[in-house]
Amino acid sequence: MAPKKRPEPVQVVKQRRDEALAALVAGVPYISYLGVTFDRRGDELTAVMPFDEKLIGNPILPALHGGATAAFLEVTAIIGLSWAILWPRIEAEGAPDVAPSLTRLPKTIDFTVDYLRSGLPRDAYARAQISRLGRRYASVHVEAWQDNRERAFAQATGHFLMPRNDG
Amino acid sequence: MTQTPTDTPNHRAIGFFENLPHAKSLGMVIEKMVDGHAVMHMPWRDALVGDPETGVIHGGAVSALMDTCCGAAAMCHPGATGGTATLGLRIDYMRAATPGQTIRVEATCYHITRSVAFVRAVALDDDRDRPVATATGTFTVEGG
Repeated sequence: MAPKKRPEPVQVVKQRRDEALAALVAGVPYISYLGVTFDRRGDELTAVMPFDEKLIGNPILPALHGGATAAFLEVTAIIGLSWAILWPRIEAEGAPDVAPSLTRLPKTIDFTVDYLRSGLPRDAYARAQISRLGRRYASVHVEAWQDNRERAFAQATGHFLMPRNDG
Repeated sequence: MTQTPTDTPNHRAIGFFENLPHAKSLGMVIEKMVDGHAVMHMPWRDALVGDPETGVIHGGAVSALMDTCCGAAAMCHPGATGGTATLGLRIDYMRAATPGQTIRVEATCYHITRSVAFVRAVALDDDRDRPVATATGTFTVEGG
């Protein structure tokens, strides 16, 4: 038995994880367009969509556009899934850098959005929960909220086709 | 494209939808909005790409166009009494939209009650025989 290795310094671990996440997110132009960023706590991600004028649907209310909300939920689901398959590779011993080019994104098969209340003109947050992660198909549930975590303003469920690692 | 007189309620509705900040920001153009039918398109551009490897437009951008077009179809139905908000929207993605091509959505409000409008839509690119995506949605009927 090899002697147990000392745990890596915390900065090294954090940097590796944050870089992998940043590379994954930066690769998608539409995520930048929406202004969505991801907060990471260990392996848990929270998507953040800071309020912006261009996300407004009804200027009279005003309320977030249903399309912006749907896109936010779908982005959260796709990054959540990609992160779930990326994580074991980042954490594998001796795994150096995880090139973002190796990270092929899951493809949406279907996506159903449930609008619970109108999105207010302020920041929105979302988390994805992976209900099933198979080799070919995955099922994901996402919830988005604003001021109060217990009062989601939208939720969605979708099926995704997983990227094949063998190419 | 349907030419609409500039002073009709229909034209005002088109103006309303085209000027929604998010619709404007994504570059949506309304071609038609009459009797529960709406047609809109959105030109391809870099910012809308979801898969950098292929240049394929993000599903979320297609969703936004679907949602707007379905809402417009619901609102221009003769049975509609005012504004509308999306209750639920399901989108099935049949294939990746061809990079560089404009996405066009045709939506029909096929049933409306005092409370709910039922809408279906199809998204197409240049190959009109093979839909990119289909959607079904339910919308509120306000003032009903």
